[in-house]
Formats: sequence, C-alpha cells, structure tokens
Amino acid sequence: MESSEVNMSRDSSELDESARGSSSPDLALERVLSLLKSHRDRSSVSLVCKDWYNAERWSRTHVFIGNCYSVSPEIVARRFPKIRSVTLKGKPRFSDFNLVPQNWGADIHPWLVVFAAKYPFLEELRLKRMTISDESLEFLAVSFPNFKALSLLSCDGFSTDGLAIIATHCKNLTELDIQENGIDDKGGSWLSCFPESFTSLEALNFANLTSDINFDALERLVGRCKSMRVLKVNRSISLEQLQRLLVNALQLAELGTGSFSQELTFRQYEELESTLSSSKNIHTLSGLWEAKGLHLPALYPVCTHLTFLSLSYAPLQSGELAKLLAHCPQLRRLWVLDTVEDEGLEAVGSSCPLLEELRVFPADPFDEDIIHGVTEAGFVAVSYGCPRLHYVLYFCRQMTNAAVATIVQNCPDFTHFRLCIMDPGQPDYLTNEPMDEAFGAVVKTCTKLQRLSVSGLLTDLTFEYIGRYAKNLETLSVAFAGSSDWGMQCVLTGCPKLRKLEIRDCPFGNAALLSGLDKYESMRSLWMSACHVTMDGCRQLAREMPRLNVEVMKEDGSDDSEADKVYVYRSIAGPRRDAPPFVLTL
Amino acid sequence: MSKPIEHDYIGLSEQQLPSMEKSSDAGNKKNGLHLKATELRLGLPGSESPEREDHDHKLLSLKSFVSGAKRGFSDTLNGGGKWVFGGGNGGGSEGLFSPRSGSSNGGNGLSGSDSGVGGPVLKDEAAQKPVVGQEKKPQVAGGSGHGNGNIAPVSNRAQVVGWPPIRSFRKNTMASHPPKNDDDAEAKLGSGCLYVKVSMDGAPYLRKVDLKFYGSYKELSSALEKMFSCFTIGQCGSHGVPSRDGLSESRLIDLLHGSEYVLTYEDKDGDWMLVGDVPWEMFTDSCKRLRIMKSSEAIGLAPRAMEKCKNRT
Repeated sequence: MESSEVNMSRDSSELDESARGSSSPDLALERVLSLLKSHRDRSSVSLVCKDWYNAERWSRTHVFIGNCYSVSPEIVARRFPKIRSVTLKGKPRFSDFNLVPQNWGADIHPWLVVFAAKYPFLEELRLKRMTISDESLEFLAVSFPNFKALSLLSCDGFSTDGLAIIATHCKNLTELDIQENGIDDKGGSWLSCFPESFTSLEALNFANLTSDINFDALERLVGRCKSMRVLKVNRSISLEQLQRLLVNALQLAELGTGSFSQELTFRQYEELESTLSSSKNIHTLSGLWEAKGLHLPALYPVCTHLTFLSLSYAPLQSGELAKLLAHCPQLRRLWVLDTVEDEGLEAVGSSCPLLEELRVFPADPFDEDIIHGVTEAGFVAVSYGCPRLHYVLYFCRQMTNAAVATIVQNCPDFTHFRLCIMDPGQPDYLTNEPMDEAFGAVVKTCTKLQRLSVSGLLTDLTFEYIGRYAKNLETLSVAFAGSSDWGMQCVLTGCPKLRKLEIRDCPFGNAALLSGLDKYESMRSLWMSACHVTMDGCRQLAREMPRLNVEVMKEDGSDDSEADKVYVYRSIAGPRRDAPPFVLTL
Repeated sequence: MSKPIEHDYIGLSEQQLPSMEKSSDAGNKKNGLHLKATELRLGLPGSESPEREDHDHKLLSLKSFVSGAKRGFSDTLNGGGKWVFGGGNGGGSEGLFSPRSGSSNGGNGLSGSDSGVGGPVLKDEAAQKPVVGQEKKPQVAGGSGHGNGNIAPVSNRAQVVGWPPIRSFRKNTMASHPPKNDDDAEAKLGSGCLYVKVSMDGAPYLRKVDLKFYGSYKELSSALEKMFSCFTIGQCGSHGVPSRDGLSESRLIDLLHGSEYVLTYEDKDGDWMLVGDVPWEMFTDSCKRLRIMKSSEAIGLAPRAMEKCKNRT
C-alpha cells in the first residue's frame, strides 16, 4: 500500500528523496542496491519483483548499453533517472576490420541531446565504436558542467579540434582517454588548451595520436595535476622528455611512454634510469615505440612490480624480450609482437609464472614472405610455464591439433581463446587434417570458456563440438569455416549462453539463419557476411520475429537476392530511424 | 586451398608495394621493374599468360571476396592495360600511380587521411622484404574504404578485406613503421663472450672481464670495484658525492680513496676514451681493453672527470 503509492508517484522523474518517505522499505533496499556495481547483477535484481525493479532503477548510477540500437535514449532516461555514467557500444565488431561501410550510424548526438535534458549532472561517457563529431564534443563540453571522464575507443567522426573544446571547457575533467580512434589529427595544439588553473586530471591517454604536442604545456599540466595516475603519451615524446615528465609524477600507476629509441648521452640515460627507479607505483607499462634493446635496461627497476606490459608496438627480438622479462616476475598480462618468435615466448614461459593473459600480434600480417613470427611451439612453451593463463589472442601462420590439445591440457582455465591462423582455411600443417580436434579439445577441456575465435580449416565437426560442450560460451567469431548449415545450427541450438555470434565467409545459408529463431532474442546480436544467406531468408526471419531488427547491407553489383551483410539484433526501440540508404531494415 | 583475391579497403601498406619491385634485380629497381614487367608479359586482361587465366578463374569463383572493393577492381578492369606496369613504358606506369601516390592505401596515417604510400612504389626506395618468388600475378587494385576511390596496387599474396582481423589503427601504425630486422643485434646476442684485459695503475697484475656478461655500465662498474677493491687504500669515503647507481668513474673515484682514478678504454681505433660516454652496446662493440688510470695521468680526460665530480657535489 505504502509502496504502491510510492511507486506511482515515481512516474515523475523529478521526485526527490524526501517525498518518498524516510521509513520506506524501498529506500533501505535502494541503499543496499546502490552497492551493486555489476550491471548483470542489477539486471537480475530488477527482475525479482516490481518493488525491486523500482528500487534498482532509482539506485542505478551507471548504465551499460552493449548495442546502442537496442534501446532509445528516451527509454533509458525514463527508466533510470539518476544516471551519472554511461557506457555505449555502437557498430558491430567487424567494423574494426572495415567490413562496415562509412556512415553506418551509431551517432552519439541524439543520446547527448536526451542526456542534456535528463542527466544534466552526467559525469562519465565511455564509447566504443560510435560516431562522435566535433559538434557533439562541443555540445558535451557545454551541456554537462560536472563532466569528468571521457573515453573513446575505436570511434570516429571527430578531430583534435573536438579535443581542444573538451580541454578548454571541462573544468572538472579527471579522465581523457582517446584510444585507437579514427580521429582526424590536425595537430597537437589541443593539449595546450587545458587552462593553467586546471589541476583535476587523473588519467590522460593520447598514445594513438600522431601529431606533436607542445611539450612545455604537457610538462606543466602533468606537474600541476598531482592526482594523475595514468599517463600515456604519444610517439612524439622523446625519452628525455619522458624523464622530465616522470620526475614530477612519481605517483603514476600506469605509464605509456613515447618513442623509446632516442640517442641518449650516458648522463641522460642515467637520469632516466634513476627517475624510473623512483617510480615505484607503476604497474602498467605501454608505448615503448621503436624500443631497442639498448635502453630497455632502464626499465628494469619498474619491471619488478609490473603486472601489465604492452610491447605491442615495440618490435623486439627474442633475446631482448628474454632479458626484459627476466626482470618481470609479477607479470599478469603481456602483449607482444610476433617478432619475438617462439624463443621469446619460451622466455615468457620461464620468466612469468603468474601470467594470465597473453596477446601476440603480427608485425607483418600481410607479407607472406616473412617466415618469422610465432608458431605452435611458442604457444605450447607458454602453456607449460604459465598454468594460470586464461586469456589468449594469438596470431600465427601454422598450428597443429596436437599442440592445441597440449596447450589446453596445461591451461584448462581458458575464458578467452582467440586463435588466428592467418591463412584462411589452413589445415594442421603436420597432418594436413582440419583443425576440428584442436577446437574440440578447447571446448571439452575449458569449461569456463566465454569467448572463442576459431580459424584454420574447419568442418561442421568443430561446430558440433562447440554446440555440445561450450556451455558457457558467450561470444563466438567464425571466419572461412564450416561445411554446411548444420555447423551453425549446432551452435545456435547448443550454446545456452551465446550472446554474440559473428560469422564471415562461411557456407551457412537460410536454413542455418532460421534455425536460430528462438535464440536471437536472447542474444545481443548476430552478424553474417559473405555467407549464403538470401534476402528471402532475411525477410522470413524479420516476419517471424518482429522484435528483432533484421538489417541487410548490400554490396554494389551483387545479386539482388543475396544478403551480403546481415546484422540481426534485439531491440525495444523498433527499427532504426537513422539508417543510411545502404542499410535495409526488413 | 585457393587463395582469395585481394581487395583490401585498407589496402596495402608499404609491405605490399615493394613486391612490385621485388622481382627486379638488386640494382636499379626502377629499370628492373620495367624489364621484369616486359619479361612476364603483363598485359591486358584476357591475355594468354597462364597467371592471368588462373587469376580470372579465381575472380569468378570467389565473387564474395571481390565484393569488398568492387569499385577499385572494376576501375582496373575497365581501365584495361592501364593498371599494368606500363610494359616498359615508364610514362605509363608513372601515369597510373602518380595521381594516386598521394593517396591513402587505407591510410598510413591514423585518421585514414590521405597520407600516401603510393609514391615509394616508383622510387628506388628500399624494399624491406626479400625478393619474392618467380610467379607474378597481375596487379589488381583495391579500393580505399574511405570513399575516395583510391586505388592501391596489391602484392602477390591475395588477400581479403578485413583479414587477418587486425584493427585499422594497428595496421596503419605497423605499416608506416615496419619492424626493422636488427640483424646486428641478433648477431651480438649469439656471439658468446668478449673478454678484455683490465689494468689498474699501481696494481701488480691485470684482470680480464667478459663484457658480454654485463648489461650496463652499472654492472661493469660494480664488478670492477669488487675486482680491484683489494688495491684500495681505505674505506669507501664520503666525499659528499651522493651515492649513485650510475656513472662508473665517479664511484671508482669515491672508492679509490683520495686519489682520483678514472676508467678508460682503448677503442677499435686505438684511442683511449673515457668510459661512459656512449651507449652500452656501442661501448662493448668498440672496447678492446680497459684501464683504470690515475686522473693525474689522464691528461685531457681527467679535468672533465673532475669537473663532473665537482658538479655533482
């Protein structure tokens, strides 16, 4: 009775706390629920009963939206009145690999307009694969006086002018994180726009911008922001400049260096080494562009307490890596280039027993003539030395079923297994058989597996295994694999927790697509490109499942009946109203 | 396994471009290019060369892969022989590529803006990759994903849009700054030991140290201290010079109590140098022998060392 009164009056979002009554049981519940951070827990909580639903929505301050088109900003604002932090993801993941044309959508602006009205006290915005223009950045800067944290990953549509506006206007900014975006880098003057009175910055990441910035401005900025714990500079910053920055920021916890290959005098080197020795809080290190073995010893003092080391832009040789890793016994996460080769990975196995995550990127993915890189041997060596390994991303040119079986035997706790054999459809190079048994071993042994990317020559058998054993699988990426519709059907009928399925260049057609009718509403999205799906199949899907958005992108010149790129996702916002002409909603 | 055709939006970075030069001889690449082009009878689509037919067949059977850069590809087909290496006609190939030389191959720049790699194709730029095998497939252009229809030449290896799955940012970054194959470093790492004699003024006998054993000046300095400590007169003094982990000569000065010693070495040219000026690797490369000398004897070297010492006090 009391609670229902309270519930009804909550239709107005201007309701403040006092009107709810201090003795309301819902308020106590809200207090408890406010401690819940995980959005999945909150989702579960909201399903218990209406009271809990309401208590939860009033206490939620951060909302995570995995697909910006699954819901509209108005719906979000109506349900959650007190949001201060928003995370939004836009385009399908394959847009990272240029499979999604420009101007596809995922524009943040309509969201900002609603947020400006409903969440004037918004503090944080984290975007992934969204389009954001300089105008939107300006709108953001002036609409939210309390704005604190902006993180853009894999976004596009903006330039450094937009960053300048953020720097100029956001007086309370604590975080500016610009990673791997399609940014129009017009120069580095944006950094000089932070006013001299501005001291609140705690995290600054401009590692992926290319232009030179004004070093004096940066030095002063770092010097006056005493709470800074994350600093990732770009390549234009030299070693000498790095030393000057560090000396005033010994409290840093995460450091991304600039170029690591300047010719230093011995004195400069010594100063750098000394400063790094004093930087006792650094646990994450990245950047290291063009690092040469020469200067790496300066890092040894930092290495002793390092937990995350990213060498993914530093083409080291095996010996250089080995020497460095000998000083990194605490390492949990390591990203390297395949220039380190199997020998380098052996050093990983012997030096880093606590390793949990390994990513090996290809330095030269497109050159077939390069016979370097890593093989199955390196991966196996790591698995022997690092039993706690649970996350791997591995680009290689050859692999065997036996090796993978050994690897998962050594490391049965894999949660993320992403193996990319770079030549599409390549079999086990020793036996010439398909790689079915490799992935079979993975799903049979690694019961906690959440994410899987497959590659190599694969038949439907791989997918049978996945469907039968991968009971915790949430994300599956497939390319150039499978023999028939049966493969995809096995996955759709077998994996109860599947949320994201992305497929390209596989022989799966309408039968496979339609076998997932019951499944897609429990998933975030399905992507199928260059498969055998036709427009008719897509239309049928759209007809039978009205709460799904079935979108097709057609290529120029392809058959009218072919559905070249299909993107299917659940949505409570209905079909997109901002779809460009090449996106057909069925 | 048939290889898919290359139609990469991001196109080709420098790695692909040099392949067109690869087949030529080491000498004048530009000339070699033309020679090779004529040798292989690169010609109009539909000509008899076996590579061509194979290529066409693949084109037809792998339609789905072509979809990625249709624009670019149809341009090349319609352009007829234009996209070939001008068959000995320098002007032709110039004409083909120079308008595009400023254009993006998917962007070596981060933003995908038109920072070009097309240019180096025609110049004698060092192809960083070794000479490739004999078969030379006809060049097919891929289109840029950024809507400006730039055409970039492809390599021998047929590739597919968006494969391997690497983010554009990484592709562009690694393309514009390819990893250098530092053969020297590798050679060094494998070369074992490097013993040099170490003499100290006033000491009755010499020692030998393996420079390869140490990774830095600091390590060498500690080792030398230990080795020659029996020759010091007294305790490590406190000269007011703050204890440092770094410069070897100042520690030796501290330790070798009172009298100033400097650490010097004879380099490949026979000159005596002060230890510590050059990066460690360069030092180990050029050092022939070490000498711990009294600064009073190190005329010309010592004043600097003393000044350094004073500056640090």
